[in-house]
Amino acid sequence: MSDARPVAAADSQTQSWWDATRESRLLVQHCRACGHHQHYPRALCTECGSLDIEDVEASGRGTVYSFTVVHRAPHPAFTPPYVVALVRLEEGPVLLSNIVGADHGDVRCDVRVKVAWEDLPDGRKLPVFSLES
Amino acid sequence: MGVAESELGATGGTILELQAQAVSRALEDAGLSLSDVDGLFTTGVSRFSATQVAEYFGIRPTWTDATMAGGASYEIFLAHASEAIRSGLCDVALLSYGNNQRSARSRKLGGVIDDHTPEAQFEAPYGPLNPISLYAMAAERHMHEFGTTSEQLAEVAVAARAWALKNPVAFRYRSDPLTVDDVLASPVVSTPLHALDCCLITDGGGAVLVTSLERAHSLRKPPVVVLGHGETTTNNGMSQIPDLTMTGAYVSASRAYEMAGLGPSDIDVAEVYDSFTITVLLELEALGFCKRGEAGAFVSKGRITPGGEFPLNTSGGGLSYCHPGVFGIFLLIEAVRQLRGESGERQVPGAETAICHGTGGILSTHATAILGVDR
Ligand SMILES: [Zn+2]
Repeated sequence: MSDARPVAAADSQTQSWWDATRESRLLVQHCRACGHHQHYPRALCTECGSLDIEDVEASGRGTVYSFTVVHRAPHPAFTPPYVVALVRLEEGPVLLSNIVGADHGDVRCDVRVKVAWEDLPDGRKLPVFSLES
Repeated sequence: MGVAESELGATGGTILELQAQAVSRALEDAGLSLSDVDGLFTTGVSRFSATQVAEYFGIRPTWTDATMAGGASYEIFLAHASEAIRSGLCDVALLSYGNNQRSARSRKLGGVIDDHTPEAQFEAPYGPLNPISLYAMAAERHMHEFGTTSEQLAEVAVAARAWALKNPVAFRYRSDPLTVDDVLASPVVSTPLHALDCCLITDGGGAVLVTSLERAHSLRKPPVVVLGHGETTTNNGMSQIPDLTMTGAYVSASRAYEMAGLGPSDIDVAEVYDSFTITVLLELEALGFCKRGEAGAFVSKGRITPGGEFPLNTSGGGLSYCHPGVFGIFLLIEAVRQLRGESGERQVPGAETAICHGTGGILSTHATAILGVDR
């Protein structure tokens, strides 16, 4: 991947999530009122509307809900073919991500994956996933 | 109702010019004039879309709606216009659309992601094609859950081409028929979707005029009646979709059927959004024409091609007729023509009911409208 990936700056709601990536920690939000887990970070619980939300560390393990091998790059940072996937974390939330380090033929719906980290130029890291062996 | 489209294809025209062509033709079709219009429903023009279009046409509507719901916008507009008319808030509603994306080369593979949105931080960094990759993942999941095949997806594109060959204004009217092998041999864009699983990128404008049934009886053409409608919105980003194969169309369709007092077996012709071949399979299941997971088999063996038992996307659809970014208004235009018996070589004999279903964004917005002849 030649150019840097297009990653927007953190904002007041997402700063703590991005800060944790610098230490390779994957956070999700947890609602203290109802116990719901959610991602991406936002100002209220989508289950009950409470503002009483905390960050908790996710296990980093999940399964592939679905995936696609992209054959045409939307941006110079990407060299096709590469795998884009929806990963459902053990805690429940779904992330869009990439599956890295795998033969594309080995990627399937419902296979188990674990988080890996890719460095960004500004010191943040981006969570990607690899197949669990 | 009055309906019309503008020039289609690669026109070199501006967005407002294409709207103007369509609107002028639709007014002619209805036997109305611009001064009759007091409600305006349009989107995708600029930040103030309704204001922009009203000024261009020199009208001062007292009821406007510029909801941007992508491909479902115009089924939503039809519903909102119908209710506004029913409530006496407007008398003649104009639904108007135009886009010059083929001439302007304004379409981007990664879509347009505003920097301040969650998608810019949490999705764009992974390089999905937008919207293609989300539909691709829906197709992959449908294959995984139900055994759907690429050949079955291709049947949707093959049938669309066959219908377009019967529609003189279709972008692919003079093209060759398509085969399943042609679709499978076209370049893979985002697995499992090939280039020919994806809709066209064309220019085009469309217009639909809506008024009360009472007033419609005095107009040039026989009325077409809005029997029922339903809508819902489910997700903006890819990661937030509740279910890849059970979309919001289940909700919008059940609301529309309930309002109309009709069911799937009462529908004579279906015009459903074909942004991608998989979109059609998901919609056919949600609209109740087959069971969940069975749409792949349903579209096979010629059922949806001209002369088949299930007339679907009789204009040639977004896959082979035109696709100027927001195709929903063209679903309405073709349904009205079918119900008036104006569809020429592609006419479904005796069509009295039609269902239109718009799907926008990345399986984000869903709106169903059921239309019928006046009886
Ligand atoms: Zn909660």
